[in-house]
Amino acid sequence: MLKAEIYITLKKTVADPQGLTVKHALESLGYKDLADVRMGKMVVVKLNYEDKIRAKKEINEMCKKLLANPIIEEYRFKIEEERT
Amino acid sequence: MRFGIVIFPGSNCDQDCFYVIKDVLKRPAKYIWHGDTDLSDFDSIILPGGFSYGDYLRTGSIARFSPVMKHIADFAKKGGTVIGICNGFQILLEAGLLPGVMLRNRDLHFICKHVYIKTENNHTRFTNFYNKDQILKIPIAHNEGNYYIDANGLEDLRNNNQIVFRYCSATGEVNDRYNPNGALDHIAGIMNKNGNVLGMMPHPERSSESELGSRDGYFIFKSVVKWLETKKHD
Repeated sequence: MLKAEIYITLKKTVADPQGLTVKHALESLGYKDLADVRMGKMVVVKLNYEDKIRAKKEINEMCKKLLANPIIEEYRFKIEEERT
Repeated sequence: MRFGIVIFPGSNCDQDCFYVIKDVLKRPAKYIWHGDTDLSDFDSIILPGGFSYGDYLRTGSIARFSPVMKHIADFAKKGGTVIGICNGFQILLEAGLLPGVMLRNRDLHFICKHVYIKTENNHTRFTNFYNKDQILKIPIAHNEGNYYIDANGLEDLRNNNQIVFRYCSATGEVNDRYNPNGALDHIAGIMNKNGNVLGMMPHPERSSESELGSRDGYFIFKSVVKWLETKKHD
């Protein structure tokens, strides 16, 4: 079994009001040295096979078709073996 | 002339749309289930507001894969009249039937109130009952209405007169103060290049009777009827 962890974030050019709000909250806790805070999503997909090349191809397709919206979001992922 | 109103799991403005078409506009209306595939019966299709598929992942992103959506895309491609309201607009964006995308509202709040919008383009099948720059009082109710598109896309929208409504003040000033959600260029509603698909965040079905505080939205449906009737006699 393989496990893919997919991270989806807003592109740098897109404003992230949620990240900004969290940044302000962290600053109010005393963390004054923050350059930026960006929010995103993580999706975990488990695959019933071991072929990493196939996994990479299929996860890429999933991101393009459904998981991320290319107009505003970018994604990256890592694929590793999952012991059950 | 028949209006179809699509019901996705989680739609919640479908009955309001149905009521306005049937009892206020007095035209035949019929529900379309999200699994339906035959749209040959309809002249105009409304994608109502709500929270289709719980707004999971991104608003509208799951609904666009409903079986009916492929047929709505065909219907639109053939020139059929499609109106997406609120979540319906979000679905049309995710489906690529309209350009752009919705972000969360600027201040991260769900906003439910009456706003004013300006009719930027009255030469459409959706707005032929309005004057140019006519100001409509109309309610919004959404969390993701912060319209976004890249610079080229925005240029395209402007050049092709695809921006149908912009947020404004009661007297028609368009600026950040009267933009409830941070939408780019104060966009409240757009149409596709062919002019047969409209998406708008405000709710015309909630402003179709004076008892509800405004009937300014009613004339969107009325415009469609007028357009369809003229077309029939051509």
